[in-house]
Amino acid sequence: MSTVRILIGTKKGAFILSADGERREWLVDGPHFPGWEIYHVKASPVDPDRLYASQTSGWFGQVIQRSNDAGKTWEPVGNEFAYDGVPSTHQDFDGIQRPWEFKRVWIFEPSLTDPDMVYAGVEDAALFRSNDGGSTWQELPGLRDAKGEMWQPGAGGLCLHTIIQDPNNPNRIFTAISAAGAFRSFDGGETWKPINEGLKSDFELPDPNAEVGHCVHNIAMHASQPDVLFMQKHWDVMRSDNAGDSWYEISGNLPSDFGFPIAVHAHEPDTIYVVPIKSDSEHYPPDGKLRVYRSRMGGNEWQALTKGLPQKDCYVNILRSAMAVDSLDPCGIYFGTTGGQVYASADSGDSWMPIVRDLPAVLSVEVQTLS
Amino acid sequence: MIRVVLPTHLWRLAETGREIEIEVEAPVTLYSLLDALENQYPMLRGTIRDHVTKERRPFIRFFACGEDISHEPGDALLPQDIAFGKEPLKIVGAMAGG
Repeated sequence: MSTVRILIGTKKGAFILSADGERREWLVDGPHFPGWEIYHVKASPVDPDRLYASQTSGWFGQVIQRSNDAGKTWEPVGNEFAYDGVPSTHQDFDGIQRPWEFKRVWIFEPSLTDPDMVYAGVEDAALFRSNDGGSTWQELPGLRDAKGEMWQPGAGGLCLHTIIQDPNNPNRIFTAISAAGAFRSFDGGETWKPINEGLKSDFELPDPNAEVGHCVHNIAMHASQPDVLFMQKHWDVMRSDNAGDSWYEISGNLPSDFGFPIAVHAHEPDTIYVVPIKSDSEHYPPDGKLRVYRSRMGGNEWQALTKGLPQKDCYVNILRSAMAVDSLDPCGIYFGTTGGQVYASADSGDSWMPIVRDLPAVLSVEVQTLS
Repeated sequence: MIRVVLPTHLWRLAETGREIEIEVEAPVTLYSLLDALENQYPMLRGTIRDHVTKERRPFIRFFACGEDISHEPGDALLPQDIAFGKEPLKIVGAMAGG
């Protein structure tokens, strides 16, 4: 029988939850790295026991942890993230140019073919890669050539938070940065171009159609149609049918098109999920009702999913890396909240239950489906 | 041997106790002590000071014999009581909370 493992990063440690394929009874293991902020934990799709964890602290900086036994034991590996060459500059909040300065790793994206190769998206925004299981890291500096001098931090920092590999073409990689936008490489990350045509930031940018500067929150793709990308932007839910060459809005009947994560059903490439948040100044669900919205049409027509979710007095947020799906049938959907709950649906979103409810604020959720 | 007291997060990361002993070749300065500490516990590299610039991380302080030496030159000799292991060098993280 299949099992499911959930890798959870929180403000005060990492947790690993596991269940059989029924997904009713969950074991909670943790905290790992107690007291540290764990921005992200992700497994290699090639070797599911190989995990990478980003362990960070405002006091003590960045530590990278690697496990070769699914989180039973960990070892600190390389934590030196040196920008290539003399650091150039980007805009700061006040518009003044400041040099790139490493702060933390936001996200890992392990290679689809090599368990020792892993990408890391960092703040200040840049893409790094390790070819030796995280022992050493090298920047792919071409990304910062994509108008990096015009990038500026969002409220969460100038972070590279999304990395997507095209499963059919290992040289095609997508990234997203707040508040810079989306970017694409056709040569394995050596060179990049912004792919933000069609994004509109009427309230955030002097030029609402600017080539860079858009506050992209998250992008998702289904492996079976890698030219179709779904984006949760600061405001607006967007879609591209041409691998990011252009985008169009699919917010449709959402009660708010502000939000952070977006996810795609494992077996239905046009079924997508978002969690609407009231606004950029009120980071909680509209009307105190925690509702996941599902579109089975690839956008525009959305259905509220509420069964098992609190429908009054709920004022948590769901961060951009805190929603993921398993690959069982029916598909399981999981998300974590800043209130420390992790909700799961074992029926593609029709009904939900909290599988753990008193963790520290959840920063990230990843799911492994194991046979 | 020189005694060093680590903040909780760092001694847990290094899987030691709160106080450790390290061997430091003379002359014993803050820099030579930190070099020896990071050689013996490589997982601490980057957590106390920057990998490249060697600048102390902003929320870290160094205390020697009751004195805050965080702003003293890193190549200055540490007090005799530190160098001879009578007193520990304390590496302290800024207080958090309210």
